[in-house]
Amino acid sequence: MATEAYKSYTKITSKHRLLDLKLGEVWAYRDLIVLFTKRSFSVSFKQTILGPLWLFINPLLSSLMYMLVFGNIAKLGTDGLPQMLFYLSGNALWGYFSACVTKNASTFMENAPLFGKVYFPRLVLPISNILATAIRFFIQMIMVVALLTYYVILGVVHVRPVVILLLPAILIWLGLLGLGTGIIISSLTTKYRDLGVLVSFGIQLWMYGTPVVYPLSRVEGTLRILVLLNPATMPMELYRWALLGVGTPVAWSIVLSLCVTAFVAFCGLVLFNKVERNFMDTV
Amino acid sequence: METESSLAIRVEGLKKQYRLGSIGGGTLRESLQSWWAKRRGREDPNSYIGFDARLIGQKFWALNGVDLEVKRGERLGIIGANGAGKSTLLKLLSRITGPTEGQIEIWGRISSMLEVGTGFHRELTGRENIFMNGAILGMTKAEITERLDDIIAFSEAGEFIDTPVKRYSSGMFVRLAFAVAAHLNSEIMIMDEVLAVGDMAFQDKCLTRMRQAADDEGKTILYVSHNMETIRRLCDRCVVMDQGKIVYDGEAGEAIRMYMGSGLAEGQVVFDLSEHTTNNKGLDGGLRLLELRIEGKDEARYQPGETLRFRVRFRTETPLFGVSFRTVVRNETDTPLGTSWTPVMDLAEPGMYLLTAELPLGQLVCGTFYCDIGFFYPLDGGGNMVIDNARRAFRFEVVGPRNWRAGIRGYLALPESTAVSLTLENSL
Repeated sequence: MATEAYKSYTKITSKHRLLDLKLGEVWAYRDLIVLFTKRSFSVSFKQTILGPLWLFINPLLSSLMYMLVFGNIAKLGTDGLPQMLFYLSGNALWGYFSACVTKNASTFMENAPLFGKVYFPRLVLPISNILATAIRFFIQMIMVVALLTYYVILGVVHVRPVVILLLPAILIWLGLLGLGTGIIISSLTTKYRDLGVLVSFGIQLWMYGTPVVYPLSRVEGTLRILVLLNPATMPMELYRWALLGVGTPVAWSIVLSLCVTAFVAFCGLVLFNKVERNFMDTV
Repeated sequence: METESSLAIRVEGLKKQYRLGSIGGGTLRESLQSWWAKRRGREDPNSYIGFDARLIGQKFWALNGVDLEVKRGERLGIIGANGAGKSTLLKLLSRITGPTEGQIEIWGRISSMLEVGTGFHRELTGRENIFMNGAILGMTKAEITERLDDIIAFSEAGEFIDTPVKRYSSGMFVRLAFAVAAHLNSEIMIMDEVLAVGDMAFQDKCLTRMRQAADDEGKTILYVSHNMETIRRLCDRCVVMDQGKIVYDGEAGEAIRMYMGSGLAEGQVVFDLSEHTTNNKGLDGGLRLLELRIEGKDEARYQPGETLRFRVRFRTETPLFGVSFRTVVRNETDTPLGTSWTPVMDLAEPGMYLLTAELPLGQLVCGTFYCDIGFFYPLDGGGNMVIDNARRAFRFEVVGPRNWRAGIRGYLALPESTAVSLTLENSL
C-alpha cells in the first residue's frame, strides 16, 4: 500500500483559530467554485424563453424607469451626461454591489441543507457568488460600452484612460464591502431570521443614500455630509468620474470608505470563520 | 499499540454538547420570550420537548466521551438506537460541525455521504450533476472526467444522462447519486444509511462495490445503519453506541446480537423497566413505567393467533386523564411492524398502578419480536404526546409453521384470499 496516498492529514479539535481562513483548502476546491458560478447562470435561464437575454432586458427596463421617474419627473439631473448612459452605468455598478450583499446575506440559510450534509470550505460559496455577480456586471457593461462609444464619437462624453486601472480596483473595493456586509448579515440571520426580511428593504434604502440615480454634485448641506459618510458613495462617484469623465471625488470620503471596507471585510471573514464551524447546530 | 501509519482515524475523548431550550434558529421574538421566561423562573415556552435522561438542565451531550481507532481498509459498522449519537459522530468526522471537547485525527481524504444526492440540482442534467456532486464531495474536475464513463455505467442511467434530473424516477436519482459516491477517490468513506433507499438489486450492487473498494483499493468505510442485514453483509467490525458512548466494539455479528438482544433473553417473562432512559422530562407527566410481566406463560413463546397477556407496573405522581397505552411491535432488525393502542383511561389519583393488557397477536406468524411500550396522550389528528415510553421493553417469539420463512413470506399471514370464481376459458 503506497504511503504517499495518505499524505493528507487532518486534525479536528474543539479550538479554532480566529484568522485561519483555510485558503489552501479553498484553492483545492477551485473546481467547485467554477461549478457553483456556472450553476448560478445555467439554472436561472433554464425553461425561460429569452434565456440570457434577460441579463440585458432587466437593466434596460429599470434604467428606462429611472429615466422617467428621476430624470424627467423629479429632474434630479445627471451632471450634464446623457440620461440613458448615466442610469445604465450607475445601475450596472449598483446591481453588482447589491447582489454582493444580498446573495452573500442569504448564503447560510439557502445552503443549510447542503452544509448539513457535506463538508467543503464554506468560503467557496461567497467567492463564487462574487464571481457570478462580477460576470453579470461585465455582461451589462457590454451595453454600457456600446452606448458610451456612441457618445464618445459624438464628442459628448470623455472617458479618462485611468478607468482601465480604476475599474478593477472599484470592483474589488465594492466586492469586499458587499461581501463583508453580506456575511455579517448572513451570520446573524442563522440566529435571527427576522434580519433576512430587512435586507431587501435595507439595500433599497442604501441605494437612495448613494449617488446612483442622482449625481453627488446635486446634494448639498448636511445631506451631503451624510452621503459622503456612506462607504458606497466614493466607489460609485469615482467610477463615473473615470468612465464618464464627470464626478466629484472627495479625498476624505475615499479614505473613510477604504477604512470602513477593510474593517467590514475583516469582521465579516472572522465572523464567517467562527459561525461556519457550528452553524449547523443553530440553524 | 497501533502504529500511526496503519491508522485511518483516531478519535480521542470526543464530546459534543447541544444546548436545548436556548437553541437558535428562531426569531428575535422567541429569543426574547425565552429570556423573559428564564428570568421569571418559568419553563421556556420555546424549549424542545426532550425524550432523554441525558437532558441535564439545558445541556445535552450527544456524544459523551468517544474513543475510537479505525485501521486502514477496515469496514466499520456503527449501530445504536435513535439518539445514541451515531449521526453526531459521523457529522463530527465529516467536519459538518465541530466538537465541544476532544479531538479527531484523520489520515487521508475523507468523503461523507450522509444523504443521497447532496448538491444535486433539479434543473441540471445527470452529467452536470455528476460534476457538481463530485466537486462537492471533494473531487477535482480532472478526476471526475477520468471516472465519468465508469460512473455513468454504474448508475445505469444510459441515455438519460443528458436529461435534467427532475425527470428521473427516484430510483434513477439514487443510483446516479450513489454512482458518484462509489467512485470517489478518497481513502475514507462515511455513509449514513444511504443504502436503505433504492431497489434490492441495486442495494446488492452497492454493497458489493463497497466491499470491493475496501478489499482491493484499501479504502476505509464507516457505515451507519438501522438495517442489520446490510451491516452484517458489509462490515467486518462493528461498534454499538448508546447514550453518546461506545458500549461494544468488536465482531459485527456479536454487535448486532448485543444491540438487538440487549438485556432481553429468549423466553424471558419478567422485564425490569426501572432503568429505561426514554423518560420524557419535557412534559413531565410524573409517570414512570417500572416492570412488565408476561402472564399465563412460562416462556414468551406463542402460536400464531394467540393473545399475549401482560401486566405492567407503573407509578404516577400526578393524576392523568385521557391517556392511552401503546405497544409498538418491531422485528429483529428494529423495523416497526405495527402498533396497538388501548382506549383512553383515567388515572384519577397518584400512586402505583397495575395495568393488565391483552395484545392479540393476530396475523403475526413467525419470528422474534421486540416491543416498545408507553403511555401517551392521543392528540387531535392522530398524533401522540409521549408521557413515558420504554424502548424495547420486552420480547416474545411466535412459532409458526416450520416451513414459514420470514425472509420470503414476511411476518404476517394475511387473511385468506377468496377465489370468487373459477371458469375454464378455453380447453386445450
